[in-house]
Amino acid sequence: MDVAKKIQSKFGKKVELAQRSPKRLYILVDKGDLPSVARYLFEELKARFCTASAVDTRGGIEILYHFFFDELSLMVSLRTLIAKPSPQIDSIAPFLKGAEWIEREITDLFGIRFVGHPDPRRLILSDDWPEGEYPCLRSSD
Amino acid sequence: MSEELRLKTIIPIGPYHPLLEEPEFFKLVVEGETVVDMDVRIGWNHRGIEKIAEGKTYDQVIFLVERICGICSTSHPIANVLAQEDLAGAEVPERAQYIRSIVAELERLHSHLLWLGLAGHFIGYNTIFMWVWKAREPILDLFELITGNRNDYAMLRPGGVRRDIYKKDLSAVRKVMDELEPANEMLTKAILDDPVMGARLKGVGVLSKEDAIRYCVLGPTARASAVDIDVRRDEPYAAYDKVEWKVIVQEGGDVLAKAVVRLLENSESIKIIRQCVDRLEELPEGDIWNPIPQMPVGEGIGHEEAPRGECLHYIRSDGGNYPLRVKVRAPTYNNLPSFEASCLGETISDVALITAGIDPCYCCTERMAAVYDDSDKRLYDWQDLVRLSQEKTEKIRKELGK
Repeated sequence: MDVAKKIQSKFGKKVELAQRSPKRLYILVDKGDLPSVARYLFEELKARFCTASAVDTRGGIEILYHFFFDELSLMVSLRTLIAKPSPQIDSIAPFLKGAEWIEREITDLFGIRFVGHPDPRRLILSDDWPEGEYPCLRSSD
Repeated sequence: MSEELRLKTIIPIGPYHPLLEEPEFFKLVVEGETVVDMDVRIGWNHRGIEKIAEGKTYDQVIFLVERICGICSTSHPIANVLAQEDLAGAEVPERAQYIRSIVAELERLHSHLLWLGLAGHFIGYNTIFMWVWKAREPILDLFELITGNRNDYAMLRPGGVRRDIYKKDLSAVRKVMDELEPANEMLTKAILDDPVMGARLKGVGVLSKEDAIRYCVLGPTARASAVDIDVRRDEPYAAYDKVEWKVIVQEGGDVLAKAVVRLLENSESIKIIRQCVDRLEELPEGDIWNPIPQMPVGEGIGHEEAPRGECLHYIRSDGGNYPLRVKVRAPTYNNLPSFEASCLGETISDVALITAGIDPCYCCTERMAAVYDDSDKRLYDWQDLVRLSQEKTEKIRKELGK
């Protein structure tokens, strides 16, 4: 199964693939298309969702959703850029239970709102942490 | 909280509770003895390590992540150096690969044994707890001999390992393995043959294969639910593609299946360590590190199979001395939310065991007491105690008619 080809033919110009090494595939995708690509990876191609990682950059907040194909030894990371201020993106948790916690954590640390998240409560910051302060943003360095 | 929930009985467990070793808060909504809804609140242990890592050099990050957890203290460094090596495209000397595998498997052994002892303790079977602690202690002593520490071994560094395992110490590794193998076999039999253990653990907290995939659970929690994943085989790092071993998968999904997976993995770990020790005997001492002179701009992902499942690190670099971002995902992060699937519908008394079934962390040591009579003569030795215990089991088996 050639994952890269399948994704390319399914989504065409919506995705931009970069194969860094035989084991690492990075895919740049618009934030509007991200849930559909993630859903395709998880439900059709049966990839395992590992986690998501966010990083604050000059152009906005970048999120990488890491999926692993255990049988192919291939890590596919979906990259999307979310503009500041008041960053938001559609949640993937409604169809991917395993993404619930990491989306809550990213909301805590980066202030991204995940639209449609089934349970958007605070996860790891303490109850008395001030509202609107996001420790992993560059502005709070 | 909805009006409907207000009328229900809620049992709070934690954040500080005698049975939970680490602060986590469970809220159980019960109807009689049955748990009908459950919620968990975490965050008491949030130390901002990912943020701290942004102010450390790449070498210092290894020291930092080693202190995330005291039990799987070499898992995070391995995942982190793998991420750094992925980023830099670095090669690791063969001898260092074998040393990494030895340290990682010794850690898996002591971690799985620790879980087993605690599981015994949780169900009130403290004999198991004591037996396991006796078998586990020599592994920690061995760690002290080959790495200098019983915990936080500081063996990893980007591009290799920090310290060699000398040929003169290899016989000690073999000796511990030779003693551990029969002890592990005895424990495996004691648990699988024991009708009380079967009655207590079988069918408790079943996590179906579908739920295991849905919740993206990892490690022994996934493998006990027939999900055949193991990073050691699926993306081989260290020396796992150079030695013979197999991935243990069970069908049951219950706490018993999780125990079986861990016990059988112990014998695989012993197998791996023996083969690695044989190879270290042949390879020249000293070639353990390829320095990484400069981190390029870019990003790297490293993941490895910790005792509790896949541990994943992501690193972003801007080419400077400090990482721009270090993301850490420990296996419990994915395993814990699966309580929704495994705990609901079970009784209150089972919930502690089921949540313990995924193996949270804990660190402590225990010593054995010898029983002497008035003349200072030892009344029972180890073999006697095992025999007494087996006789008792046989008696219970007859009483239960099994």
